[in-house]
Amino acid sequence: MNRAAIKQKLAAIPAEAVIETDYDRKGFTLDVQVAPAQLVAAVSVLDAAGFFIEAVTGVDWLGEQAALRKEAQAKIAAEAKARAEAAAAAGEEPPPAAPPAEQGELPEDALEAVYDFNHYEELCRVTVRTRVPRSKPEVPSISEIYPGANWHERETHDFFGIIFAGHPYLVPLLLPEDADYHPLLKDFRP
Amino acid sequence: MSAFAGSEANETFVLNLGPQHPATHGVLRVKLTMDGEYIVEAEPVLGYIHRMHEKMGENRTWAQFLPNTGRMDYLHALAYNHGYVSVVERAAGIAVPERAEYLRVITAELNRVSSHLLWFGAFILDLGGFSPLLYAFDDREHILDLLESVTGSRLTYCYFRFGGVYNDIDDNFVAGTQAFIKRLRGRMPMYHNLVTKNIILMTRLKEIGPISAEMCRKYGATGPVCRGSGINFDVRKHEPYSIYPEFDFDVPVYEQGDSMARYMVRMDEIEQSLRIIEQALDKLPEGPVMADKVPKILKPAKGDYYHAVETARGSFGVRVVSDGSNTPYRLKLRSPTFSNLSLFGEACRGMLLPDALALMGSLDLVIPEIDR
Repeated sequence: MNRAAIKQKLAAIPAEAVIETDYDRKGFTLDVQVAPAQLVAAVSVLDAAGFFIEAVTGVDWLGEQAALRKEAQAKIAAEAKARAEAAAAAGEEPPPAAPPAEQGELPEDALEAVYDFNHYEELCRVTVRTRVPRSKPEVPSISEIYPGANWHERETHDFFGIIFAGHPYLVPLLLPEDADYHPLLKDFRP
Repeated sequence: MSAFAGSEANETFVLNLGPQHPATHGVLRVKLTMDGEYIVEAEPVLGYIHRMHEKMGENRTWAQFLPNTGRMDYLHALAYNHGYVSVVERAAGIAVPERAEYLRVITAELNRVSSHLLWFGAFILDLGGFSPLLYAFDDREHILDLLESVTGSRLTYCYFRFGGVYNDIDDNFVAGTQAFIKRLRGRMPMYHNLVTKNIILMTRLKEIGPISAEMCRKYGATGPVCRGSGINFDVRKHEPYSIYPEFDFDVPVYEQGDSMARYMVRMDEIEQSLRIIEQALDKLPEGPVMADKVPKILKPAKGDYYHAVETARGSFGVRVVSDGSNTPYRLKLRSPTFSNLSLFGEACRGMLLPDALALMGSLDLVIPEIDR
């Protein structure tokens, strides 16, 4: 199974994005972003193509939306400033102030589940990502397809509190059996 | 079925193996459901020495995490050093001088031999043979002395730096390593005569604990476990890093998938590692061992980066997510034995208890690396 064929099949799922990354720079070949509902379909494609599972993990993007908004506001402010300066240099009236950037409620930050796959015969590392809201982090389990994902998902549930729906035995693996905290969340305080 | 057994559940009993048990090599507990001498269900219970290295990574600078890498797989610490410095070098775009790459390969391969020797001794000990351990430790001691002279420590090495290595080697190290290669080559036939050809060992290992190639794929097994099941997968060949492409070495692959195959893979790998070290010492270029102008405070560009290396137990991968600051935003450590052990529950179903222990030994477990 070559890279282009896999890329095509994943794009047909439909995945939100299938990006061919620069392997030398990033260390993986394909970066696939899917909605949680399409995850099982994407993983089934990889299973049929003979990929093996490397790991499952998560990333907590707490504060990402605030940072994005700040960036957008800074950009608007910089543009307005540039326009005003250009107008002043040309001796014109300064243009009216730009409308204030969007305030309102921030969209919710996301938890990202990251799945790494690799192939025994061909150099092709595929990273599958799916994002879920922090308040309701639920992702379908892939342990039916890859029994090896069972432990990886338990570990990810330990660390991030991501719930893998359909997992047969989602109890703490590395943390104590009564652990009700998720230490890799950015707002975790011991 | 006896007259007293009302249901199938009454036919079985639960046996607790570990967490303090010599066969589990550290603190691993396995909850076994037994039907007499046969295993019905095995559930490894992990986490007894979980230290949350991944969170520690988020709380210290890129360089401050280096010593942690030597404390996961304490038997092949240099490979863990290598994986971590490689991913940070990839993220920050640091080039490594050639001599430093050679030193990395020489020391990491020496470390691999020492890890395989310890495994060899401990594995035979699991099977009830005591003396091979003493021979293996005798040889391993030479490696520890050699590595101590260049890295400064005997077990939890922290020798690699971003952009090179901490210390250059001297003539004593080169001479000592060459003498050691000669010595170990002389000893390998003795190991094979003493242990490999032993009829008791063969009976304990041949056709015991079969792991199919498909099972390896479904559980993500790598390293000698998958190579003992006929899968030719070695990160050094598959995804060449450092200067491994410069060397001529083979990847031992055995088709049988039993414990004996995994034993033979590791024994053959010792010779292949010696070949790599020999070639590296012959070709060793002159030059600096550290890149100039490695920034004191690293701030890799935003994004995520992955790098895998081949440790004595399989593919160790590090995924870092950088937010452009001086600490990692996220650091994921993919340890090989975690995946290798995850297939134990399925592989040992229906086996005799002593055979399952032979299978467990042949997986070469290092618990701090599983628990991280």
